[in-house]
Amino acid sequence: MVVMSNVPSELKYAKSHEWVRPANDGGVIGITDHAQHELTDVVFVELPEVGRKVKAGEACAVVESVKTASDIYSPVSGEVVEVNKAVVENPALVNTEPYGAGWFFRVKLANPGELNSLLGADQYKAQIGG
Amino acid sequence: MLPVHWPLYRPEVRHYVARRLKMNHTPLFSTHQRLGGKLIEFGGWEMPVQYTSITDEHQAVRNAAGIFDISHMGEVRVSGESAASFLNQTLTNDIRKLSVGQGQYTLMCNERGGVVDDLYVYHLGAADYLLIINASRIEADVGWLGNRLASFPERLKVTLEDQSKSTAAVAVQGPRVKEFINQVFSGPALGGSQVGNPTDLKKNQVAKYRFEGAEVWVSRTGYTGEDGFEIVSPGKVIEPIWGRLMGAGGSFGLKPAGLGARDTLRTEACYPLYGHELDENTTPIEAGVGFFVSLDKGDFVGRPVLAEQKEKGVSKKLVAFKMAGRSAPPRPGYGVWSVGAGAACVGAVASGTQSPTLGAGIGLGYVPPQFAKAGTPVEIEIRGKRAGAVVVPKPFYRKAD
Repeated sequence: MVVMSNVPSELKYAKSHEWVRPANDGGVIGITDHAQHELTDVVFVELPEVGRKVKAGEACAVVESVKTASDIYSPVSGEVVEVNKAVVENPALVNTEPYGAGWFFRVKLANPGELNSLLGADQYKAQIGG
Repeated sequence: MLPVHWPLYRPEVRHYVARRLKMNHTPLFSTHQRLGGKLIEFGGWEMPVQYTSITDEHQAVRNAAGIFDISHMGEVRVSGESAASFLNQTLTNDIRKLSVGQGQYTLMCNERGGVVDDLYVYHLGAADYLLIINASRIEADVGWLGNRLASFPERLKVTLEDQSKSTAAVAVQGPRVKEFINQVFSGPALGGSQVGNPTDLKKNQVAKYRFEGAEVWVSRTGYTGEDGFEIVSPGKVIEPIWGRLMGAGGSFGLKPAGLGARDTLRTEACYPLYGHELDENTTPIEAGVGFFVSLDKGDFVGRPVLAEQKEKGVSKKLVAFKMAGRSAPPRPGYGVWSVGAGAACVGAVASGTQSPTLGAGIGLGYVPPQFAKAGTPVEIEIRGKRAGAVVVPKPFYRKAD
């Protein structure tokens, strides 16, 4: 049974299934539809503190399903400038709107060039076999 | 360090694939693949953790019905004139209480009172018993039983047969199962309890039926806290049994359910899982299953230690706890802390999950007895931070009668 995952073309992707939506000098970060589908039933989200400086590839958030706790890695380096309080209140948003209301946090990019080393939608689709 | 068990999401998937080559598969493996089951390793077996979602499957069992493949579990047949006395010296519960057609939960202990395994024993017929043992313990149990038998004076009057490889099993659990199970197995029973249809069985009773020419045993037992049945059959007929049950139960809301829901269901019911609540260094008294230890039946392995613990008390006790507020779910291995002045790490979580029924984090953990009373506040250490919890009476969930 293969469920086709939604992979929006305007986003950049990390191999570890996070997405970045670039905007001005910042980027909004969340996890992909494929990831939420693999997790199912997200029951808890832990986000970094605003002001924390994160490096690309650094574990900085945690998402928990009924069965498992999983690290979320920042796809880019920068300072966390905003976190999504709504997803902490209602973790199911990760399942229902992974690219919308289920976003995790926003960073001010330390090195915008890093975006070029992330996957495009087609490359990410190829990775997840969709 | 986080417990990460997310094989399909992580690069570790490569190692998983490598291990997969060595894993055991039940006769229902292709059924799980066809149904889109998400596969994980469990005790050396590749099994479905879920088909749709753990929460959905959990609710199906609580409100309607769910079917689980439990073919990975082991089956040992013990028969012969001295089978009962051999088992009564090897297991903790009193097998003399079992008339033909009845089963009981029991434990097998080592000389230190530590648990070799927890199991169900069924009295199938005169001098004929069936043990249902944990998948991860088959080798250990068969070895242990063999060694015990070698030093048993009447060993020539006992036959031990490990039937695990040729035997399969499913569990059908939930309040609506009784509405359709008789469509698949119908009486009168051919052995065990002298009943008509499976729904005539009372809790813990077992009866023999015929299915496509094969002998199958149906018991009114389970591991979910709901009414339900378990069916043990030769491996070759388990696929048609699954298919017939799915066909009969579909209109009653029967859904395939995986090990994920099996774990949340049994945790809510506070049933121990070997390797979590039970191991060779933990006794049934410490684990809170002393009810299944019969000290008055005569000698059995581990009895002196268990008798002393029952009389003088234990140094650790299994408690149930519930997270107090919004919190990440507790997970196995997390520290349990006392609160207030002199707060210290006093124990560890054995099992923990988000409870679909309560909508809160719940867990079972070992603590010294002074922290075991219901209402005692404790804290669970989650990723370096402590979150409030409270010790609660067991179980978290009990079905309405």
